[in-house]
Amino acid sequence: MSFIANTPEQQKQMLSEIGLSMDGLFADVPKEFLQKDFNLPSAMSEFDVRNRLAELAGKNHIDLTCFLGGGFYDHFIPAAVYAIIGRSEFYTAYTPYQPELSQGTLQAIFEYQSMICRLTDMEASNASLYDGGTALYEAMMMALRITNRNKILIDDSVNPIYRVMIHSYTKNLSIDLEETKNDQGLANRKALLEKLDENTAAIIVQNPNFFGCVDDFADLADAAHKKGALLIVSCYPISLGILKTPGAMGADIVTGEGQSLGLAMSFGGPYLGFMATKKEYVRKMPGRIVGRTKDNQGRTGFVLTLQAREQHIRRDKATSNICSNEALCALTALVYSSLLGKEGLKQTAQLCADKASYALQRLTAVKNVRTRFQAKWFFNEFVVELPANAAEVAGKLIEKGFAAGFPLSRYYEGMENSLLIAVTEKRTKQQIGMLAEALEAVL
Amino acid sequence: MKLIFDRSVDGRQGVMPPKSDVPTTIHIKKELLRASDAKLPELSELDVVRHFTELSRKNFGVDTNFYPLGSCTMKYNPKVAERIAAYPGFAHLHPLLPQLRLGGMLTQGALEVLYDMDKFLCELSAMAGFTMQPMAGAHGELAGIMIMAAYHRDKGNKKTTILIPDSAHGTNPASAAIAGYKVVAVPSDSQGMMDVEALKKMVNSETAGLMLTCPNTLGIFEKNIKQICEIIHSVDGLCYYDGANLNAIVGKARPGDFGFDIMHINLHKTFATPHGSGGPGAGPVGVVKKLVDFLPVSIVVKRNDGTFALEYDRQKSIGYIAPFYGNFAIILRAYVYILMLGREGLKAVSENAVLNANYVKEKLKDYYELPFGQTCKHECVFSAEKQLADGIHAIDIAKGLIDRGFHPPTVYFPTIVKEAIMIEPTETESKETLDAFIDTMIDLAKMSKAEPEKLKAAPITTPIGRLDETAAAKNVDIAEI
Repeated sequence: MSFIANTPEQQKQMLSEIGLSMDGLFADVPKEFLQKDFNLPSAMSEFDVRNRLAELAGKNHIDLTCFLGGGFYDHFIPAAVYAIIGRSEFYTAYTPYQPELSQGTLQAIFEYQSMICRLTDMEASNASLYDGGTALYEAMMMALRITNRNKILIDDSVNPIYRVMIHSYTKNLSIDLEETKNDQGLANRKALLEKLDENTAAIIVQNPNFFGCVDDFADLADAAHKKGALLIVSCYPISLGILKTPGAMGADIVTGEGQSLGLAMSFGGPYLGFMATKKEYVRKMPGRIVGRTKDNQGRTGFVLTLQAREQHIRRDKATSNICSNEALCALTALVYSSLLGKEGLKQTAQLCADKASYALQRLTAVKNVRTRFQAKWFFNEFVVELPANAAEVAGKLIEKGFAAGFPLSRYYEGMENSLLIAVTEKRTKQQIGMLAEALEAVL
Repeated sequence: MKLIFDRSVDGRQGVMPPKSDVPTTIHIKKELLRASDAKLPELSELDVVRHFTELSRKNFGVDTNFYPLGSCTMKYNPKVAERIAAYPGFAHLHPLLPQLRLGGMLTQGALEVLYDMDKFLCELSAMAGFTMQPMAGAHGELAGIMIMAAYHRDKGNKKTTILIPDSAHGTNPASAAIAGYKVVAVPSDSQGMMDVEALKKMVNSETAGLMLTCPNTLGIFEKNIKQICEIIHSVDGLCYYDGANLNAIVGKARPGDFGFDIMHINLHKTFATPHGSGGPGAGPVGVVKKLVDFLPVSIVVKRNDGTFALEYDRQKSIGYIAPFYGNFAIILRAYVYILMLGREGLKAVSENAVLNANYVKEKLKDYYELPFGQTCKHECVFSAEKQLADGIHAIDIAKGLIDRGFHPPTVYFPTIVKEAIMIEPTETESKETLDAFIDTMIDLAKMSKAEPEKLKAAPITTPIGRLDETAAAKNVDIAEI
């Protein structure tokens, strides 16, 4: 099955019309390179492929009750999301280079940009980036460009998965990247302000942070601005249903992982990096941007704009190398947000917070289990300190049917007994109770 | 048509979140909460469905009609891959699961897909190992250049420069620059190939490597490819293969055999995963043996007992470039495609892609200027220079095609061809479709002479006409807040 339409007869006819043979078509490839055969499986029918893949899918244990988070969450996805993004007018199109044929995509991206601005209280958004981690890296690069400075401060309460990515990306660049160690689960004000100086391009923080703690960075924004530096905030979009927005805190660039907005977990992707900023920085922003304009008859339409920032025009002087982004994921996030709407998003965020609050109560009622940090406010994720090694306990809980949380020792020293637990609106009171019982049983 | 926000009616609600079964405790203090609700629309589910259905009808995809967008490989996207990507066993799998103790055993199906894809892509490219992590072609380029940098660092080489042909995709110089390199453009010769004599003069001890796509963006196979790679290797430079045009040779020839050391593959091009209106894609990066140690972590390995595991402890690795294992659901679709086609089918892909491109080229060459006339590979590049005499540009031909029901080819790229029209039919298009397109292109060539003003007014069949892009860039209106 190769999805090729032309019959052997037609192929022959076409070859004869252009006066070439099939071998002749490849005569320009040096003979030594023309491989005779490949060690690959033989073609399979659709029926056989589906059976084979169903078998593989069956080897993945999705039957565990999921309390894993770490920036990637098991949220409810309405059926209408799949119905809309499953329309092939969207998913079989490409980047809207021809606006007359792409008003669907272009208007959707414009609406997505508007939705991100409304969620974050910012003025401008791009059309998407790959994921939350690369979005944060791009924000850092953008801050370096805007300020023409060289130093970045990042607190270790920012998702460690993003931080290790940023370290990889900057290895070949001469950037002074300094990390501060969190203070009792919150961004370390004292250390950040001590390190903040005239060479600092940006402070990077996250809300809710990796430990689930909720913060207000208005003070950091003020301090950064006084030194001519920017504040970059990475955030969790569902939490913005109720939490103070990065815009209200005075953030200059806001990024985040959009997976929670209607995207399946899909073992790590595709996800959605979003980025928003102030209007004054739009021309320094990476990625595609859609703008509203008029056509030759005065009708409103949408078009890719500010392309002079981009690689296909500026080449090595571009603001980023990004070309394909995550357009269909951005559409997903827009559809999800529209279906939930103003009330639905708020209710979902509140549910997450309520259920997490309940889970913390139940779990810390288990003997010798306590909260790891004194920080009082958290959203839908929290860290518990266990009386035993968290990785071992999580391993035992798998046998009881729970993906109970993420052991923090992988990324944090001295946190061998700490487990990061996430609770979404999908978890029930009963499941939370059963987790508490299972935890008690394995300790 | 209205924006979705303008359809909002106060108090209307679409999807209800699950019912709460725990006490509602506003446990977060007021100062940490948002001052007013996010201004999301208030709509019924049907309102939302109608809005997006209407938007979808203002779009054009491969499923709509012929989409010969050069360099983008807009082939048919098999529906079965969509179905399989939605299997709960894949779609609902949390990426952190294998990072729990013994968690790898709970994700064996997904790890097997990643492992098999690594092996399949190695076989097809003559590379020794792949990372599935890059989330698009350009992301793969960046990862590849980071690997190049790590190699030179490891050897103590002082390298500053990457050579890139003037016909290259814009992502190449952008990726090299972002990774910290100086970019130098290598000129093309009169046959549309890299000027080898110029290259020889440009290569020196500072040369970190070369980025090249082959066939190049003119659709021409670089006949000196072996020599080009040797020149770069002579100064311990590395050769990077941009896999954007792999559809031309997939199943026939392998970049690793040409002499390339690092490459990416755009799964959304060669391996038929949907382009999604501009992503998500996937850009796995492969490397030859001496570079395998530099691949990003994690890597999927097969243990002696036949089970699969993620390996993180790799001293020389460039580290993490994605949060997890890449755009898994895209890799999965490509895996399905490879299984369905098998070795015979993949060979037929490149053969028919090249046949279709040459068929179009031969049939149109009397009507449009063909700057490079030799046998092309998967795409052919014309110029609207003949039409310029009547004031018709490439963009006018493109817009004329829209009114005839076709998606236009890529225009104004590659930039080394004036008024470029870059046509990539792909292998999944039939002779009937190609003939209809060819007839239309011939018609438009005639129309350029006979009724140029009519062509300049195109398109007239679309919801909107040509947009004022200058005004869009000047009066930046990019969000309704």
